[in-house]
Amino acid sequence: MADPSYPDDLLYHPDHDWARLDPAQPGVATFGITWFAQDALGEVVFFDPPDVGSSVTAGEFYAEVESVKAVSDVIAPLTGEIVEVNTALADAPEAINDDPYGAGWMVRVKLADPAEADGLMDSDAYVGTL
Amino acid sequence: MAGYTAVTAEDLAIMLDAIGVGSIEELFDAIPAGVRLDRPIDLPPGEPEQAVYAELRRLAQRNVSAEDEITFLGAGMYDHYVPSIIDMLMSRSEFLTPYTPYQPEVSQGGLQVMFEYQTAISELTGLPVSNASLYEGPSAVAAAAYLAKLVNGRPRVLVGRGVHPHSRATLETLAVGYGTEVVEIGLDDGVTDLDALHDALSDDVSAVIVQQPNFLGALEDVQAIADAAREHGAVTVCAADPLTLGVLEAPGNQGVDVCVGEGQSLGNRLDFGGPSFGFFAATEKHIRSMPGRIAGETTDVDGRRGFVLTLQTREQHIRRERATSNICTSQALNALAGVVYLSWLGRRGIVELGELMLQRAHYARETLAALDGVGKLHDRPVVREFALRLDADVDRVLERCAAAGVNAGYALGRSYDEYADGLLVAITEQRSRADIDRLADVLGAAVAAERAGAAAEVAV
Amino acid sequence: MSTSDGAQTSQQRERATTIFEKGAPGRRAFRAPDLDVPQVDGLIPEAQRRAQPPRLPEVGEPEIVRHYVNLSKRNFDLDSGFYPLGSCTMKHNPRLHERVAALPGHARLHPLQDPRRAQGALELMFDLQQSLAEIAGLPHVSLQPSAGSHGELAGVLLTRAYHGDRGEQRTKVLAPDSSHGTNPATVTMAGYELVKVALDRAGGVDVDDLRAKADESVACLMLTNPSTLGIFDPNIEQIADIVHGVGATLYYDGANLNAIMGYSRPGDMGFDIVHFNLHKTFTQPHGGGGPGAGPIAVSDRIEPYLPRPQVVRRESENGGRPTFDLDDGGRGDSKSIGRLRGFQGNYGVFVRTYAYIRSLGGEGLQDVSEVSVLNANYLLARLREKVGDRLPLAFGERCMHEFVLSGAPIKKELGIRTLDLAKRLLDHGFHPPTVYFPLVVDEALLIEPTETETRETLDAFADAIAQIVAEAEEDPQIARNAPYTTPVRRLDEAGAAKRPRVRQEL
Repeated sequence: MADPSYPDDLLYHPDHDWARLDPAQPGVATFGITWFAQDALGEVVFFDPPDVGSSVTAGEFYAEVESVKAVSDVIAPLTGEIVEVNTALADAPEAINDDPYGAGWMVRVKLADPAEADGLMDSDAYVGTL
Repeated sequence: MAGYTAVTAEDLAIMLDAIGVGSIEELFDAIPAGVRLDRPIDLPPGEPEQAVYAELRRLAQRNVSAEDEITFLGAGMYDHYVPSIIDMLMSRSEFLTPYTPYQPEVSQGGLQVMFEYQTAISELTGLPVSNASLYEGPSAVAAAAYLAKLVNGRPRVLVGRGVHPHSRATLETLAVGYGTEVVEIGLDDGVTDLDALHDALSDDVSAVIVQQPNFLGALEDVQAIADAAREHGAVTVCAADPLTLGVLEAPGNQGVDVCVGEGQSLGNRLDFGGPSFGFFAATEKHIRSMPGRIAGETTDVDGRRGFVLTLQTREQHIRRERATSNICTSQALNALAGVVYLSWLGRRGIVELGELMLQRAHYARETLAALDGVGKLHDRPVVREFALRLDADVDRVLERCAAAGVNAGYALGRSYDEYADGLLVAITEQRSRADIDRLADVLGAAVAAERAGAAAEVAV
Repeated sequence: MSTSDGAQTSQQRERATTIFEKGAPGRRAFRAPDLDVPQVDGLIPEAQRRAQPPRLPEVGEPEIVRHYVNLSKRNFDLDSGFYPLGSCTMKHNPRLHERVAALPGHARLHPLQDPRRAQGALELMFDLQQSLAEIAGLPHVSLQPSAGSHGELAGVLLTRAYHGDRGEQRTKVLAPDSSHGTNPATVTMAGYELVKVALDRAGGVDVDDLRAKADESVACLMLTNPSTLGIFDPNIEQIADIVHGVGATLYYDGANLNAIMGYSRPGDMGFDIVHFNLHKTFTQPHGGGGPGAGPIAVSDRIEPYLPRPQVVRRESENGGRPTFDLDDGGRGDSKSIGRLRGFQGNYGVFVRTYAYIRSLGGEGLQDVSEVSVLNANYLLARLREKVGDRLPLAFGERCMHEFVLSGAPIKKELGIRTLDLAKRLLDHGFHPPTVYFPLVVDEALLIEPTETETRETLDAFADAIAQIVAEAEEDPQIARNAPYTTPVRRLDEAGAAKRPRVRQEL
């Protein structure tokens, strides 16, 4: 994805992470990193996913993403338990660059407290921090 | 002074003027008076090249090297022949004087050497992934224990007493920093006591470390040790003698996860202990936990094949306090000697050399053990080194042999209290049957003389 | 010089092939000595016998020589050209050192030879210990560590032993943001938590931040002085007082020792532990990335914990010449941290260092530092005059033996990054400086010319940088696509990292 984009249907964490609340499955959210984060990192070469079943805490790191000459912690925007990881990233980590909000998603999380999402930013507020 | 600088009075005037200062001393003004050295460095004055050569030659002459005696001393470093092409290639400026290949476009030579070296080590060890080398053997053993800690986070490593004493000592030193407890597994008739190993294994053991052949020269049952470790989810580390791997099964085919070792015998000089290199190979799944540099293959913008340092995010300059190791570079020049040596030896040569050492070691072992007052310390199969027991004071026997121009080997009592009567004898392709027969004569006479002397003392 | 005209150099036309892709079955270089003892079968149990021999190359000696000589030509090296790689001290490697290191009495000496028959080696090591102690201003030396990183690990483990002996459990080690990556990595391996200390506006340690972070939980501060920014920290005495005031040790990373010999010594600055990089300051050839050696010097209070074995001199009782021995500290009661590696260290490196120190003497070492600082400041002056607005000095006005420029303006104004400038330098026949280090400077360019270079070389380098910047003002694309004349051009590092191919497939 060549140009910056911050979809309206996502919630944003100040450490450049997004969450998408799943309307079909209340209490479950998908996490990933923003266009800004992948651009700063450069071409992603490796994603080290957490284990399914492990818990994540809002504001703390749950995974690592690597470019050729940088390693970044991926920060959880919300608290919960990991129910699925994007295994396709093992073979195609470039999806994080090419499609950060789609094929580049990282984990799906069963939220401990869905109301916690109220503390995240909407697209406009996040863009204002960049 | 015999310096290597070239600033003339004219240069100095121009340079100081460009900088805008009146003297060189002014450039050091930032150093506070309180920490200044207010006198010249107190060292002897510099000397011309020929005088320094003479001094270094004088010191060399006060050493008895493998050039001056028939030596059977091994115990971790061995007097193999270093082919002349290694001297020639290692002294080429293009290999000798660059630094780590930070700019791959002008470092393809060094990077490809690393890639070839990794291939050779991978072939020798039977493991798919090798790094570009570490400092040397014993610290590579300790590095393997750190990999195990990163991989499984468990608090204890088990190390066989047959692992080189320097490797065990190095591991003990560094494990303090890792927060890892080191537990030694004793020997039973020359090899790791498998019952003791089974008793010590549990699910909080991070790694099991053995050496093949072990320090006493004996062949370990590496497969059985790896099987036992795997049952408890521990990493198996094997420290191997690379020149035995032409005739011994590859550790990677025996369930070993990490194979490390001292690379000196691969085309490097003895150099009183260094520099040499340590090799480090592992299974695919450990590639991102490996220490040190790794070269990888890729292509350039025009599609040409090329090589780069890869997986650098493991390393200290990127991952800093979370790096897989603090090691910065490899031992590139020594590893070059290693891969040139293995190419020189070749696919057939490494088997022939191993076979020759095997046969001569057997001959030497049987010949020496037949001497009066000399016996085998263990009956286990050996490849290139074996342990004897002497019915006489080992140090005094060695002294007598040395006086006859033969270095009979390593007194095991220097490292093992329980083998105070032990002598470790090493064979290389440079020790012929005639040399072995000479050792037999000299050792036999020395033991006999010591026993006679001891008997005389008792009689008095 | 070709730019983007599509012409290829002869090396570029040739596909890289490895030694494993060369040769043919049956070719060989090694000839085994004849089997001169009776052949006995079954010496190795079948299960232990190797079924498939390692697939090493099958090549003759001429083929090996040609292969590696041709490979060597695909390297840039210090003997061929300017190599201003900051913090690496790429100085001339005198060939006398190679000659003396190769003398059989040194090169073929077994490390476990009876010390009575290795007196020359032990004398050399003892004398080198004494010389390094004088240069460091600290009385006790261990030659054992194999490299700077190894010396650092030794230093932090010594600190642990020192505090442990006093019944203190400390948990943190401090290091400034500008430190080498080996410092924080070492801290973790030695079992401590890293705490970063901020820099002040002049590029030195922020003394207030240090004071706030230094407490009884801190074991050590690791510092390079002059720093990786090429600046001598003017507050070093205050820093030492703060660190010692809380009972911590002060560790000196000797990477930049080349700047201060004859002017100051780490011991005079209050450091407790120092490592030397013999491959930097003392001309051990870098070898394409090793070998090196990283001896350490320590103060009296740290001495009991030094690694063993230690080389010692024993005076003769009857007035004869002294003898030298290896002291392993006995068994059990020693406070030593123990061994860091096998044998006695990288002796071959010690021989070279010894020869260098004997060649130069104290006066010559001071000359080294003076000329390295003069050269760095002269090159800095030339660059400021030519491209000062495009590549400004990151901190301060002058420098010690190296300096850091920021490429931020050329990135912003010309659209070329420091990386592009570095790659374009390759087409001019120069090795680029260290880039993107230290991390505290945006688009950093760390330049260390060393005392080796003549004024003409420094002028030519400054001209090349100016030419590249001028060229980028016209057409930034040229630098962005550089280099053009090297054996290969920019390589796909991301591809290499995504799908690692780390050995030749056979």
